[in-house]
Amino acid sequence: MKSSLVHRLLLLPATMWLLVMLVLPLLVVIIFSFGDRGPAGGYVPGFSLDQYANLPARFTAFKNTMILAPAGTLAALLIAYPLAYYLAVKANPNIKTVLLVMIIVPFWTSILIRTYAWIYILGGQGIPKMLEFFGVEGVRLINTPYSVLIGIIYGYLPLMVFPIYVSLEKLDKRLLEASQDLGASPIRTFRNVTLPLSIPGIATGCMLVFILLMGEFLIPALLGGGKVFFIGNALVDLFLQSRNWAYGSAVATTLVIVMLLTVSIYMKLMMRGSNIREEVSLL
Amino acid sequence: MRLYAIAIYLFLYSPIAIIVLFSFNAGRHASDFTGLSVKWYGKVLSNPFAMEALTTSLTVALASAIFASVFGTMAALGLQKVKGRVRVVYDAAIYVAIMIPGIVIGIATLIALVTAFKFLNPALQEFWPSWLGNVPKLNMGYTSLIGAHTMFTMALVIVIVRSRAAGMDRALIEASADLYATPWGTFWQITFPQIFPAILAGFLLSFTFSFDDFIIAFFVAGTETTLPIYVFSSIRRGVTPEINAIGTMVLLTSLALLVAAQFLLRYRDRQSSKINS
Repeated sequence: MKSSLVHRLLLLPATMWLLVMLVLPLLVVIIFSFGDRGPAGGYVPGFSLDQYANLPARFTAFKNTMILAPAGTLAALLIAYPLAYYLAVKANPNIKTVLLVMIIVPFWTSILIRTYAWIYILGGQGIPKMLEFFGVEGVRLINTPYSVLIGIIYGYLPLMVFPIYVSLEKLDKRLLEASQDLGASPIRTFRNVTLPLSIPGIATGCMLVFILLMGEFLIPALLGGGKVFFIGNALVDLFLQSRNWAYGSAVATTLVIVMLLTVSIYMKLMMRGSNIREEVSLL
Repeated sequence: MRLYAIAIYLFLYSPIAIIVLFSFNAGRHASDFTGLSVKWYGKVLSNPFAMEALTTSLTVALASAIFASVFGTMAALGLQKVKGRVRVVYDAAIYVAIMIPGIVIGIATLIALVTAFKFLNPALQEFWPSWLGNVPKLNMGYTSLIGAHTMFTMALVIVIVRSRAAGMDRALIEASADLYATPWGTFWQITFPQIFPAILAGFLLSFTFSFDDFIIAFFVAGTETTLPIYVFSSIRRGVTPEINAIGTMVLLTSLALLVAAQFLLRYRDRQSSKINS
């Protein structure tokens, strides 16, 4: 009983912090989303679904997000999978740790500055200039959906590689040998053995990338040049420029609901297959 | 396969290399590479706005990392003995804290704190005892920055330290208790040395997260400017070699901290798997 009191006391500061800085603010967002805009911005109490009814006003932002987030997720998956496979199955075990750390580390460094580098690379003096040298004129990359897509792949690739790597690493290599011994071609082995067994990793990676992409602001802000904007950009506009808190809260709540739906669908699918927990391995 | 991997590593690291390279460019533009120079570093270091932003960022990152690692470690240890519904709710809260987009945390913190301050400030005016001196005014700034960053990074520390504590050898703790060590003594001599690398890794990750965070700070910084906010608004005004110099310093600092954190986490993993086998 004494020990249980100590344990509860140990939890006290973290609990208070989570209540004041997480639970309370999220409740405020939900409450405000049913309210109204004040005459000079801000919020006036109320209870209506007007803000939600008005969501189509930001249709373009939702549309861009719902097109580019899945597209970015898919592109990241296609690029990440061979790398994860290489790291898990083919890479030299002696340098594997280093290679893995080199994948995770960029993900934790300033996405702002790493994205900023692409302004150089995709801007007029970068790749388009190089193409001109080869005789290809008039290519425009920056401020197009393509530059945003490249930024997304670049920013989120590590997050996709890691879960896939973990699931491939766990894969029993004898299964691959068995498949080969039984006369299956490499492609068939991949399709019937490797791919099905790595589905949990694929699903985890896709879910992580997708839900983070839905809240993305920086990549479209820097590489989309105001033409390709996401829900995140709409939120910045609503809260920091037009100060429409009630409507902004409704947009934010909708965003979180879509995210939670994605996660719960994922959880349902995973419950059927093997379940893996990899939150720690990502750190 | 191997070539493909090399190409991906190039893809991941060449933008970083480009920033570092251009930060030493004597010319003003990417296209006129006129020679090596450190003049942009000099410019940054003598720019009072950049330096003030740097100070703010360092202060916030240090405070958040300290709060997060102390309270996060306490919570991770406390959670070991907590079961049932409390545990489920706690796990859900940590999960939400980590998974919710930064932009939503930023918005939520902004409107919740601004609203709370609107009520708290008049109340403080009213009830502040005069012998305590001037009435403090609650404002968005350091408090909200540290509060929001600590919330997220504390959740990270809880996850990291908890997984380390779960892998700890319970027999040592029991042995220590059998040998009449006080719980306090057992903690400092047995538990703490085992979880220390995880705490340190958590501290480094928290510091880097806070130092690099743009989106939460963008909403809750109030009148303060952190380094990422300064960089973002400079980019908005036009790309200059000064940003490359700041970027190089920021990237290299966080790369160093992160590599240290990763090796702390992995080194202990290998150690413990060696002991187990």
